[in-house]
Amino acid sequence: MEAFSAIVAQAQDPDDAKNIAAAAGAGMAYGLAAIGPGIGIGYIVGKSVEAMARQPEAAGMVRTTMFLGIAFTEALALIGFVVFILLKFA
Amino acid sequence: MLGLEFPPINEILRWQDLWPSFNKIALIAVAATVIGITLFLLASRKDPLAAPKGSRNLAEVIIEFIEESIVMQTLGKKGLGWTPFLLSLFVFIFLCNIPGVIPIIQMPATARIAIPLSLALLVWVIYIGTGIKHQGIGYFGHLLWPPGVPTALKPLVGFIEFISTIIVTPFSLTVRLMANMLAGHILLVTFALLTEALLLANTAQIFLVPMSILPFGMLIFLTGFEILVAFLQAYIFAILAAVYINNSTVGHAEEH
Repeated sequence: MEAFSAIVAQAQDPDDAKNIAAAAGAGMAYGLAAIGPGIGIGYIVGKSVEAMARQPEAAGMVRTTMFLGIAFTEALALIGFVVFILLKFA
Repeated sequence: MLGLEFPPINEILRWQDLWPSFNKIALIAVAATVIGITLFLLASRKDPLAAPKGSRNLAEVIIEFIEESIVMQTLGKKGLGWTPFLLSLFVFIFLCNIPGVIPIIQMPATARIAIPLSLALLVWVIYIGTGIKHQGIGYFGHLLWPPGVPTALKPLVGFIEFISTIIVTPFSLTVRLMANMLAGHILLVTFALLTEALLLANTAQIFLVPMSILPFGMLIFLTGFEILVAFLQAYIFAILAAVYINNSTVGHAEEH
């Protein structure tokens, strides 16, 4: 964060400073938002593969539930992405 | 500073109006509707007793997919009446998504919030309507308080359930579809721009120019990935709609 504030401090133009801060904030927002869902999706898929390997006849059901779980988990990352877009471009 | 000018978001997403209040996004949506309807109308004209081929074959594959992997997995046999609705949701969303990778068009209609939002509100109205139809006005009681909640916790649980069913559900349906397609679209734009910038780079280090093959390879890979995402998002939207409808038909009492 100190590096960011140093770069922001160097900017002459207040518009420039604003853009730099927005870009840095946007990057941080998306990066942080991606951590949790990344772990979560990995966990879901890993467990599903385990379940499918143990019981191949239940693979269809497990796959449907897996997609549902992924969809719910992924929503958090996508909201982070929307925040990124809002910070960067709005 | 970067040697690469990323265009403003309006340039990526805003297509010119064909005429007032009708832009090319709307054109894609209309085309998706027309293509979908035409496919199934053509298929329904064919002789149902002969071996299916052509459009009928395609239509049967899609219907079977919806029945097997969406309706039977969530609503069960009694929910087969929902097949037409889920089928049209799936086909429409898929046909709106897929222009994102079709050359020249290169714009998923669902990357703008209008179409996902109206579809999510449609699903919202339908699952609340189904709940009222199946459980009467008591649906709202079931919706707010799952059975077995202690009286002391009722305000808190009711508040959380209200927020999650009435507000978060349509919001997450919308944002999931819109943000997925928007993210894919921006990724494609980014790698296309990188390829162009490297290929046309006016630089002394001439070895940079053939390096444009790297983002180009990524672009090809992502295009394939976007086809998968277009299909998967349509599938997830339809299956989530089915899950929400199922929740309001059975209610919390029978669910647990």
